[in-house]
Amino acid sequence: MGEDNQPLSLSRAFFSTLKRELKIANRQRSQLVNPLFFFIMVVSLFPLAVSPEPSILRTIAPGVIWIAALLSTMMAADALFKHDFEDGTLEQLLLSPQPLFLLVIAKVVSHWLTTGLLLTLLSPLLAAMLFMDTNHLSALVLSLLLGTPVLCFVNAIGAALTVGLRKGGILITLITLPLHIPVLIFGTGCVQASVYSQPYQGQLAILGALLVLAIVLAPFAIGASLRISVSG
Amino acid sequence: MDQEYPSEIMLSAKDLSCCRDDRDLFVNLNFDIVGGEVVQIVGSNGSGKTTLLRILCGLMDDYSGDIEWCREPMNQCGELYRAQLIHIGHNAGINPILTAEENLQWLLDIHGQGGADNRQIAEALARVGLSGYEGVETHRLSAGQKRRVSLARLYIEGAPIWILDEPFTAIDKEGVRELENLIFQHANRGGIVILTTHHSLQETASRLKRITLDDLSGFHEASVDDDGV
Repeated sequence: MGEDNQPLSLSRAFFSTLKRELKIANRQRSQLVNPLFFFIMVVSLFPLAVSPEPSILRTIAPGVIWIAALLSTMMAADALFKHDFEDGTLEQLLLSPQPLFLLVIAKVVSHWLTTGLLLTLLSPLLAAMLFMDTNHLSALVLSLLLGTPVLCFVNAIGAALTVGLRKGGILITLITLPLHIPVLIFGTGCVQASVYSQPYQGQLAILGALLVLAIVLAPFAIGASLRISVSG
Repeated sequence: MDQEYPSEIMLSAKDLSCCRDDRDLFVNLNFDIVGGEVVQIVGSNGSGKTTLLRILCGLMDDYSGDIEWCREPMNQCGELYRAQLIHIGHNAGINPILTAEENLQWLLDIHGQGGADNRQIAEALARVGLSGYEGVETHRLSAGQKRRVSLARLYIEGAPIWILDEPFTAIDKEGVRELENLIFQHANRGGIVILTTHHSLQETASRLKRITLDDLSGFHEASVDDDGV
């Protein structure tokens, strides 16, 4: 039965999973708003704590926004597979005849749409708050647009590895932070280059390459980690 | 629903052993299950019933011995095996925030059975006594009703192997009888049902087979002695 319309059921499985995750996110608004609120809060504390001086804020803005984005995606990652583990959804995912990496990509994409993309859309507002010049907005938004999906994929590996543990929160951070460093370096590097009126396409290209690498490799790592967590 | 499954389907285990926390759950378990059989796995609490079911689903690989599906090692059958399988565990993958209909739709979509439309889902929900509850978020349903949502899959999907972990939990008397009928109907069509339950199944036919785990389990040291006898 399934073999006659394989491509159809592949895409159906993918989009059905994506739709399901977005529906769940939409019905749990508080979970949706939490990382965004955290993002805004961290950035808005800097003028109070460091200095309200526009020249200082302008210099630290790229780093502050990127670090806040990184921390908020990490914060959101904890819940990525937790509920699915508890209500048996993960078992059903693993028992699906469809390739696991495809279903995992659907989950991570929806996770990115509800965290990374929203952070990216909010970033111009926060950049304006930190007196960043509007000429550099394109570098900021593009670097976040390419960088945050990488963060989401890497977080998902950590979340999948720790989902079976009672308290996995801190472990996710320890596992994934080293993998986040390159993204952070090239992300902030991209915006800094723009600030110093240098070409920033190189950094964007590297972020793009990291994204491709994450899309190709991370789903297999996530899938394997989920199998280990569920069989434990 | 009246489709017949190919008669040659067979799930067999050879020398299946599983040890958890220094305790043998079962040692050298051997069985063949062919189409048309209902297998009840019996054992006291903690005797490894759920573990055995999870191993048979391919969710756990922490065992020794071989499991074969149609004479091929199960691990190599991969998605071919999973396409033939419905597993309903203690937690059946019902998300509390989604409605009964949305939950079922997703489960059917990822299990790749071409085209379960809304009408089929509504019908299946009616069969388990949940008509009128299609659009209700499942966290508002009672424990028994939630269970019924997950069991509704059995009315739609055409997979020949059903692996059910305590399917009768929280189901009322009427529901238990209907589910039992459904299980034996599935066997009549040539399907395989493997289930754990403490409920004694009505059917006395020879199609009902029992695997008792209690005699096979024991602490690690004790079982070594047993082997010597």
